[in-house]
Amino acid sequence: MPSHRMPSEADIISTVEFNHTGELLATGDKGGRVVIFQREPESKNAPHSQGEYDVYSTFQSHEPEFDYLKSLEIEEKINKIKWLPQQNAAHSLLSTNDKTIKLWKITERDKRPEGYNLKDEEGKLKDLSTVTSLQVPVLKPMDLMVEVSPRRIFANGHTYHINSISVNSDCETYMSADDLRINLWHLAITDRSFNIVDIKPANMEDLTEVITASEFHPHHCNLFVYSSSKGSLRLCDMRAAALCDKHSKLFEEPEDPSNRSFFSEIISSVSDVKFSHSGRYMLTRDYLTVKVWDLNMEARPIETYQVHDYLRSKLCSLYENDCIFDKFECAWNGSDSVIMTGAYNNFFRMFDRNTKRDVTLEASRESSKPRAVLKPRRVCVGGKRRRDDISVDSLDFTKKILHTAWHPAENIIAIAATNNLYIFQDKVNSEMH
Amino acid sequence: MFTRGLKRKCVGHEEDMEGALAGLKTVSSYSLQRQSLLDMSLVKLQLCHMLVEPNLCRSVLIANTVRQIQEEMTQDGTWRSVTPQEAGRAPLDRLVSTEILCRSAWEQEGARPAPGLGDGHVQGPVSDLCPVTSAQAPRHPQSGIWELDSPREDRGGFHKSLDQIFETLETKNPGCMEELFSDVDSPYYDLDTVLTGMVGGARPGPCEGLEGLAPATPGPSSSCKSDLGELDHVVEILVET
Repeated sequence: MPSHRMPSEADIISTVEFNHTGELLATGDKGGRVVIFQREPESKNAPHSQGEYDVYSTFQSHEPEFDYLKSLEIEEKINKIKWLPQQNAAHSLLSTNDKTIKLWKITERDKRPEGYNLKDEEGKLKDLSTVTSLQVPVLKPMDLMVEVSPRRIFANGHTYHINSISVNSDCETYMSADDLRINLWHLAITDRSFNIVDIKPANMEDLTEVITASEFHPHHCNLFVYSSSKGSLRLCDMRAAALCDKHSKLFEEPEDPSNRSFFSEIISSVSDVKFSHSGRYMLTRDYLTVKVWDLNMEARPIETYQVHDYLRSKLCSLYENDCIFDKFECAWNGSDSVIMTGAYNNFFRMFDRNTKRDVTLEASRESSKPRAVLKPRRVCVGGKRRRDDISVDSLDFTKKILHTAWHPAENIIAIAATNNLYIFQDKVNSEMH
Repeated sequence: MFTRGLKRKCVGHEEDMEGALAGLKTVSSYSLQRQSLLDMSLVKLQLCHMLVEPNLCRSVLIANTVRQIQEEMTQDGTWRSVTPQEAGRAPLDRLVSTEILCRSAWEQEGARPAPGLGDGHVQGPVSDLCPVTSAQAPRHPQSGIWELDSPREDRGGFHKSLDQIFETLETKNPGCMEELFSDVDSPYYDLDTVLTGMVGGARPGPCEGLEGLAPATPGPSSSCKSDLGELDHVVEILVET
């Protein structure tokens, strides 16, 4: 991040997303800006700087708006960014705030035509009397310029706040989900969308459940999943009906009666859902755990990992200070063997599904100098305390890692810690296992 | 405890009282904590009015929590036993992060002595919040509502109370009158009206929970106080009906 600017609230990163090759990394922030990083090609001349990410482009995606009907401001905060699969030299991405989705096209210009007949170098019209011969303009190299332009604006599709967008594998459509509805859009059509899920009750007083996240299946263009605030997942098939209110499959884990408390429902609310790259599994994050679900088994997840179970006895305080409503994201690595999610105190956690080992790491300036190896951290909950352990009561709940992303092919992760972006690479184990 | 020279009366009687009080304390600790949670939740719901961009998911989760508490209070009838005097005496100037509320209901029935109230107290920004929240929660009127409901209407009374509060809060808020007549398919009506804020106050910062509930900070505080005044007003109306 630029060091000459004082960090402000607008710089808080609100989403992080690699593109399909991992060459580009996009971040969105609370101020409506998008910053795209590009990975430098590895060069033999400077082996130490190979594969580092530098700023490629910065642009203002969304501006604050005012809804005159409700007398409410519409935040410009970027909730989600999703890359479109690259189909030509240009890159495209979708970015969304609470209400409006925009399609941005990112192009490079590294050549410039020179030698016009009618215009001079500065573009001014030439005096025709001075033109004695004709010439063919030629393309000359110039400094690389990255141009970003909004190609589509998908507005007025949502009454409630958009929490997810997901591009279909058909590369023609995408969906956007808010608290109560999911819409299907065609990428080329902005003036209409199809409503495919609507859970708004006839009487709003009966509202007890909202949509929290949704995603298209990576391979089957007719399947998508959405999660709810009650901890359930619904897999829907768009071929079955125009309005997918009836799910094809309902994934729900029965409540553990021995763990029941007034906070049970809140901590069961799913904050993020991600299909595995293989398409066989789903990963969900709720307040205390990450769970892996097999698409063929609806009764319960096949794996459950505790992210920070030591918070279970602190739920009342976390409810009081609203931390219990924090929405953490989760991520798969490229081979679906490791899953990652963020926590508090700038900690993030990784779970190896094969070895069942897990690690807690910290993203902070103090603990990570460039090219240093991250030291595993530990939270102690009483009992024996090692030297570098952190006690539960010392955790900083204002330092939360909500947004993380994993490179699609390599062991490179992007971690958003408030207004700082950390990119960690595993040079030793570059290949996926 | 006693000043010098004062005779202690009837030692035996007092010992019995202590035993009875200890038992009562165990049960009422949970009830008091539960009541605090209810109060806190209602305050949070009210604050949703003030937020520029109210979070529907959060509002729904809090409202569901309120309903759960009400249902449990109806089921075990303990809401009747929380008299204003008891509630007043409780050391609720510190809402500690207790294991009680996080433990399951069947553990409560074992009537184990409550863990020391100082245990498990989360430090840092959370602990600073505690004294403020409890002091603000209008406990007295709340107890009053539950007590005035007739026994016949136990279950329905609670659901009605919550809805009544929502409806009355809705009409109290001047900003929402125009929106009620709007024909746009927007979150204007009933619970939605209440749960999603109306005319905005200060924009919430990253620690909106902390700032919103602390009375000392400017901006949110004035509307916070006026909303709590609203709650008192609402309570008066409910009591009158």
